[in-house]
Amino acid sequence: MSQSISSQLVNLLAAFLLLLAFAMLSQRRILTLIRLFAWQGAALAVSTAIVAWSTGQTHLYFSVALTLLLKVILIPWVLHRLIDRLFVRWDVETLINIPATMLIGIGLVIFAFALAAPISQMANTLTRSTLGIAMASVLLSFLMMIVRRKAVPQVIGFLAMENGLFFAATSATYGMPLVVELGVALDVLVGTFIFGIFFFHIREQFDSLDIRHMEKLKED
Amino acid sequence: MISLEVISSPLTGSLLAVVSWLAISALALIPAGNAFLARRLAFPLSALAGLALAAFGLQAIWLAPQQMTLPLGLPDLPFHLRVDPLAGFFLMLLGSVSAGISVYAGGYFRNETSERLILIGLQYHVFLASMAFVILADDAYLFMVAWETMALSSYFLVTTDHKLPAIRSAGFLYLLIAHLGAIAILLCFGVMHGGHGDYSFDALRAAELTPLWANVAFLLAFFGFGAKAGMIPLHAWLPEAHPAAPSPVSALMSGIMLKTAIYGMVRVIYDLIGNVRWEWGMVVLAVGAGTTLFGVLYALMQHDLKRLLAYHSVENIGIILLGLGMSMVFIGFGHPAAGTLGMIAALYHTLNHAVFKGLLFLGAGSILHSTGLRNLNDMGGLIRVMPKTAFYFLIGALAISALPPLNGFVSEWLTFQAALQAPILQNGVVRSLLPLFAATLALAGALTAMCFVKVYGIAFLGQPRSPHHPVSAPGAGHDAGGMERYGMAWLAAGCFVLGLFPSSFLLMLNRVCASLTGQSLTADALTGSSWLWLVPTSSEQASYSPVIFLVVIVAVTLLTFLLVRRFYHGRVRLSDPWDCGFPEQTSRMQDTADAFGQPIRHVFGPIYLMQRQMPAPDDPAPRFSLKIEDRHWYWVYLPVARLAEYASSKIALLQQGRISIYLLYSFLTLIALLVFVR
Repeated sequence: MSQSISSQLVNLLAAFLLLLAFAMLSQRRILTLIRLFAWQGAALAVSTAIVAWSTGQTHLYFSVALTLLLKVILIPWVLHRLIDRLFVRWDVETLINIPATMLIGIGLVIFAFALAAPISQMANTLTRSTLGIAMASVLLSFLMMIVRRKAVPQVIGFLAMENGLFFAATSATYGMPLVVELGVALDVLVGTFIFGIFFFHIREQFDSLDIRHMEKLKED
Repeated sequence: MISLEVISSPLTGSLLAVVSWLAISALALIPAGNAFLARRLAFPLSALAGLALAAFGLQAIWLAPQQMTLPLGLPDLPFHLRVDPLAGFFLMLLGSVSAGISVYAGGYFRNETSERLILIGLQYHVFLASMAFVILADDAYLFMVAWETMALSSYFLVTTDHKLPAIRSAGFLYLLIAHLGAIAILLCFGVMHGGHGDYSFDALRAAELTPLWANVAFLLAFFGFGAKAGMIPLHAWLPEAHPAAPSPVSALMSGIMLKTAIYGMVRVIYDLIGNVRWEWGMVVLAVGAGTTLFGVLYALMQHDLKRLLAYHSVENIGIILLGLGMSMVFIGFGHPAAGTLGMIAALYHTLNHAVFKGLLFLGAGSILHSTGLRNLNDMGGLIRVMPKTAFYFLIGALAISALPPLNGFVSEWLTFQAALQAPILQNGVVRSLLPLFAATLALAGALTAMCFVKVYGIAFLGQPRSPHHPVSAPGAGHDAGGMERYGMAWLAAGCFVLGLFPSSFLLMLNRVCASLTGQSLTADALTGSSWLWLVPTSSEQASYSPVIFLVVIVAVTLLTFLLVRRFYHGRVRLSDPWDCGFPEQTSRMQDTADAFGQPIRHVFGPIYLMQRQMPAPDDPAPRFSLKIEDRHWYWVYLPVARLAEYASSKIALLQQGRISIYLLYSFLTLIALLVFVR
């Protein structure tokens, strides 16, 4: 496989990633949301594998394995278990309606591309053109955290944001050092568990996972 | 194997002493079951470490500066230590005064429960060690770390009795002003270093500031260190925090901690900023004069003994500032020799105040410990139950009143000598202002003497004033214990040594100050000063011999005593005093502390904010009440507090309670940063 083909493939997967980010933004059902998140992880793993293979950066294979294990299998499974236990399979409510969110999202993507243009000119990596997409997916996930009302989609938004960051790291500099990646992966896992524990506590306290109830905690 | 040579070098030696303080603070945690051991072992050991520190400090004054880098701190940002004559002098002050206070503390805390004693022991020694690190620090980073440790450990010591709300609020006020000062100091270091990333004092020294930024740095340093020193209008924490703290802690804070602020001021203004300007001196003089007068006038109005002493600390900081201000004026006009004299006066008074104020706070502590009284209006006749405390307190009172041959006189006299150098100045306005500042000092000195006549007369002489007074019950009340007395005796001896042999201290301080101003005293002064005579400028101008004073005083006293014995003895007639035809006399009819201050209250009336309640003439149960408040509360503190409250209420609008809004804040910040940094 020549450089140009792998570069094309990575671009394709990047586009897929962005598409998934938009899909998550517009998705109303939690179960589908988790599935989309897993797909995002898979796309990330495949694109990292392609980068690793075509550039010969062997340490990236570890990242691939880690991503597959954590983001495609373990965390979606944990989230599934969590919503089973919490009985929260209902539709997701949003603060702003979905078409408006999508419009804001398009604005963010344009912003991210404008921002990334000068940076990707400096980088000479195989994947430099995808930096804009990576940033766009970070911002989109952040947007998702803001517009969702329930705690579980917010956490998925947070995890998706980490995906975007990871993709930005591979596209700009062929990934972070392995130690950092291991640390981040562990943090994400631990974070998920902690969120899970918090969900139970929040529900116990407010009988709901709707974060509107937490406004009561404000100090007057 | 550490050779003896390494240990005996001042820097390693003092570092060892400080580390042993830290070790004692850890040690104080161990014997949880045995408060007796903690008290009888930890505090005397820390006094020994203090003595060692004093010896090393003394040695450092006569040696070239030494530097060292500790393998501690953040990565790439190690702690730097340095001992030069200035640091040596303050280490000596810290070590020698804390030795006396530590011995005293070993006795004073005898009634504490062991868990409280553990905490006190820990905080007390951390406090001592952090003060030493403030003096040893050679970079802004270690300095600030030590400075904040000092503020926090002393805050916890002040709030030892944190169950009382009054003490909690006093502690809060102290912490607030300490942090205001710390912010100013931090900003000052930021201004001085000017963006090249190196915060070691060497780099700050080398940095060239434009006059504007030098002025800013000076003002920040003066404000920041002044907040800790207690100059007006930042003095408000002193009269609250000193009475709240246990007495040895008050002695440490007033005696030593305020002096670390003076150290910081001298270090930053003379050493780090450099190129002292006379305008700065005028600012310092004006604030110093105001502080002196304010401190003593308010001290005269107090009837809480420890509050009174706290106001006297304010006054004495003012005196030190007067000396420093004069020195800055002289140096700014290009007379470094006279500048050195002013600085010697200031530093001498720093040491003197540490010794006698430490002694007075310890005396007040013994009174409080023995009788439970802090209000002078309830005391009286204490000399009969605690004669030894009375003796030591008298020495401290004489010293603070600047009476020869004790130490307070020497430094105030030197300050006057510095003021008398004014004719060499070119600027006519400044030349005529300087004597005015000296006159302020003279007034303050006289008022201080009056104040301590009041304290001593009301507390120790006369009859017990309160019916609940333990002294009125037979067998109640007790004198200070052995360790308390040793501590007080050490400081009292210090008053005598500093007062009787000022020449050797003058030569020592000459070396300290010359290392900063680059010019020592005149040759006349150096050759003229001997063990007998103190000559600050030249023997034609002024000289003073405390030893001769002492001899004359002793001789006159002895002569009078003998004459009285010889000619008057046996003709004493005992009878009732004239009772104006009112036979039912009670001890309440004695002069009270408030009554003693009445003339001053009358003369300086506009300065005080008084709330007086006069009973009606036909009131069957008349009660007179008088409350004196500090005008600064209404002029400075309350407006600032209201402003802060208003600003906080506006900022509180940010707090919406909705996670989405909070996330939006971070999102918008992220976008804004991305746009700007691009």
